[in-house]
Amino acid sequence: MDLDFDVVDLDPVDHPEEGDTAPDFTRPLVNDEFWEDESLASLCADSERVVLVFHAMDGAFPATYVWNEIRDRAWHEQATVVGVSISTPYEHKQLLEEREIEGDYRLFSDPANGVAREYGIDMDLDGMTGIEEPRPSVFVLDSDRTVEYVWVAAEWPDFPDYDEVQAQL
Amino acid sequence: MKGARQRSPYPPFARIAAQSMSESDITLYRLQACPFCERVVRTLDEYDLDYRSRFVEPMHSDRDVVKRLSGKRTVPAIVDENTGVTMSESANIVAYLERTYGDTTEGGAA
Repeated sequence: MDLDFDVVDLDPVDHPEEGDTAPDFTRPLVNDEFWEDESLASLCADSERVVLVFHAMDGAFPATYVWNEIRDRAWHEQATVVGVSISTPYEHKQLLEEREIEGDYRLFSDPANGVAREYGIDMDLDGMTGIEEPRPSVFVLDSDRTVEYVWVAAEWPDFPDYDEVQAQL
Repeated sequence: MKGARQRSPYPPFARIAAQSMSESDITLYRLQACPFCERVVRTLDEYDLDYRSRFVEPMHSDRDVVKRLSGKRTVPAIVDENTGVTMSESANIVAYLERTYGDTTEGGAA
């Protein structure tokens, strides 16, 4: 973003790097028709490439922008693309519908933010006491969950370099 | 209810097994907090059956997945790949589970 003032810098964090194995987790994965517990490992095993997108809670403008961009770039044609946010399965159903990405993309629901903590990318939200969410991040994984590419926000707000991610697909 | 067994609504084993995502033969289509669905869960747990849970929409008209499988939009519905059975209506499902997986020394469900 081009703004005439500095945005908030985020402190560096210790997250899985390229070449590391991304931590496995199981959470409800929401599709266009239902949700069920699914593990990252099984998603990876079923796909050559998985793009794991951690984003702001559903309804926040960054979540809307990120999914509009991914939808318009049709990443689902080249990889299994899944989101993670702290929103509930009910909210995820709505996001899938509103962004018109039902059937192409699925969303993990992690209201307690445990996955983000496992990945070292958890972030408190100023002014929303008791709520934390993932720092915006993108992990591109191979079928063994090896990290091929990682982007983690260094500012707040911050958006992925979509061209860079796309180059990995 | 006299003689009814007191069971925790959150039984430990079957649910943990389902979460570990071993490939379960039984898929339960359910709605969060639906008492008819919980009745089926109780029976599945009673027989220590591994199952996966798929949660559907509260909105009846949106439950296309269930309609496709069972012909109806009601939950609970189960798909048992073990026997090839797909059915809905909790009383029918409970009777089916008892018949199929119940203690055979009792001679099966009436």
